[in-house]
Amino acid sequence: MSIIIGILEEGLIYAILALGVYITYKILDFPDLSVDGTFPLGAAVTAMLILKDVPPLLTLLLAFLVGALAGCITGFIHVKLRVRDLLSGIIMMTALYSVNLRIAGKANLPIFSKKTIFDNTLLQQILPEAGKPYRVTLILLLITLLCKILLDQYLNTRSGYLLRAVGDNDGLVTSLAKDKGLVKLVGLAIANGFVALAGCVYCQQKGFFEISTGTGAIVIGLANVIIGTKLFKNLRLPGWSASSKNGEKRQRGMKATTAVILGSLVYRACVALAIALGMAASDLKLVTSVLFLIILVMSNQKGKKVTVHA
Amino acid sequence: MLELKHIQKYYNAGTVHEMCMFNDFSMKIADGEFVSVVGSNGSGKTSLLNLICGSIPLDSGSICMNDVDITHMPEYRRQRRIGRVYQNPAMGTCPSMTILENMSLADNKGKPFNLRRGTDKRRIDFYREQLRFLGLGLEDKLYVKVGVLSGGQRQAMALLMSTMTDIEFLILDEHTAALDPKTAETIMELTGKVVREKNLTTIMVTHNLRYAVEYGNRLVMMHQGQAILDEKGEAKASIRIEDILDKFNEISIECGN
Repeated sequence: MSIIIGILEEGLIYAILALGVYITYKILDFPDLSVDGTFPLGAAVTAMLILKDVPPLLTLLLAFLVGALAGCITGFIHVKLRVRDLLSGIIMMTALYSVNLRIAGKANLPIFSKKTIFDNTLLQQILPEAGKPYRVTLILLLITLLCKILLDQYLNTRSGYLLRAVGDNDGLVTSLAKDKGLVKLVGLAIANGFVALAGCVYCQQKGFFEISTGTGAIVIGLANVIIGTKLFKNLRLPGWSASSKNGEKRQRGMKATTAVILGSLVYRACVALAIALGMAASDLKLVTSVLFLIILVMSNQKGKKVTVHA
Repeated sequence: MLELKHIQKYYNAGTVHEMCMFNDFSMKIADGEFVSVVGSNGSGKTSLLNLICGSIPLDSGSICMNDVDITHMPEYRRQRRIGRVYQNPAMGTCPSMTILENMSLADNKGKPFNLRRGTDKRRIDFYREQLRFLGLGLEDKLYVKVGVLSGGQRQAMALLMSTMTDIEFLILDEHTAALDPKTAETIMELTGKVVREKNLTTIMVTHNLRYAVEYGNRLVMMHQGQAILDEKGEAKASIRIEDILDKFNEISIECGN
């Protein structure tokens, strides 16, 4: 049971990260490596704020904003300074490593003694005794679902339409008399906001900031997105997918954001399985990469074209 | 009104591949003119459109739109008054978005792209009406992704989308070249209809001499960055395909091929 809870908790945290990566990788078609820096950035900012007794709920918002700012800088480097997408991410990722150490002061900053979002008194009161062990999972589920719903809503706004259009055909954005560079910048900001938010939640759930958590964050994010979109996107449950309106059939698979969250859970389960089979905790990054490779190769063999940037 | 004054444009300036595209090129396009531009490959037709739209920078000279100097205006700002349809049907639509979403995008041109709903439900009937006008049955496929449509269907949508809002200029860059003869005919008829109804000032680059002769009220033939033929009104109306072909041959002999 504790293994399942562990998978759910980690899966849900990384699902937030995956939502961010989904924006850059799938929507913007931008291989954004700054994720490796913005994930621990969110954690560093949170650890620092929590130690300064800032209300935990507020840290969620602040971490998002700081991440968004970092995303803006990546966007600025790419759009205004005309550096290649991959390189802008690498520059940002490397720079953020030092910035994160500056913010936290050291490579490992514990916040065990402090109150976090998981020590919510309101929820503790209303939750029945039997539900207590699932408190953390419930809060994580709440945050992840909120992120998903907000993102879904955003993608259906005019601004969200423009974001989807820019990754698809940026020439069209120009024809609509809009600056495609600015749209990309906004997309990167939102994406890195989500990633930093994931870092924030991660830090509070683990009870510490750790600089090395960023290494491979993009690989985890990409793995989640690709598993999700490959496995679940086209899944249609009988009697659920075909809704018709005005006599027109709407082809609707699962929402991509839902698929990405499920992908994240599946991926966590695979990692947990590898650990259970006897891999050491220090092998985690190796497991992460190998699993990602397997997923990439498998999705290639399905005969579907995948653009591999990373 | 569109005015190009003393345009100078070199490609690969300063290298061994330096090529002079335009040397002191000037042209004036009055309101309501429908200019068909013909010419061999590399004669400067597409360069001309790119310069007007701001897709490529010019070396010297100026471009004025309605007496406003737009020489240094970024491409996306110029597009506010311009609609453009490209040769490649994929250029004018978003393949991963549905027909309805594409129509909504086009409809929002010129409005702020803020956090309001992307698709205004009250406009759906209007979009359906517009699509029915194409006669391709797209009005019943609002929730289908544009990526699965054929080239002709996409080009028809691109034309519709680029002329949906209150633009003044329509730039057509060989927009029927990638289509089969039947679809090309449909798109061309549609173009004529839209231009007439909206009274758009139009520049159409085409390799189809028949379209150049049949459509529009001005015909320009480009050669080595110059307009070697430029006829309007009566003179344009009396031009036959054979006349243009003769002119083409004349140039070829001059060039030695």
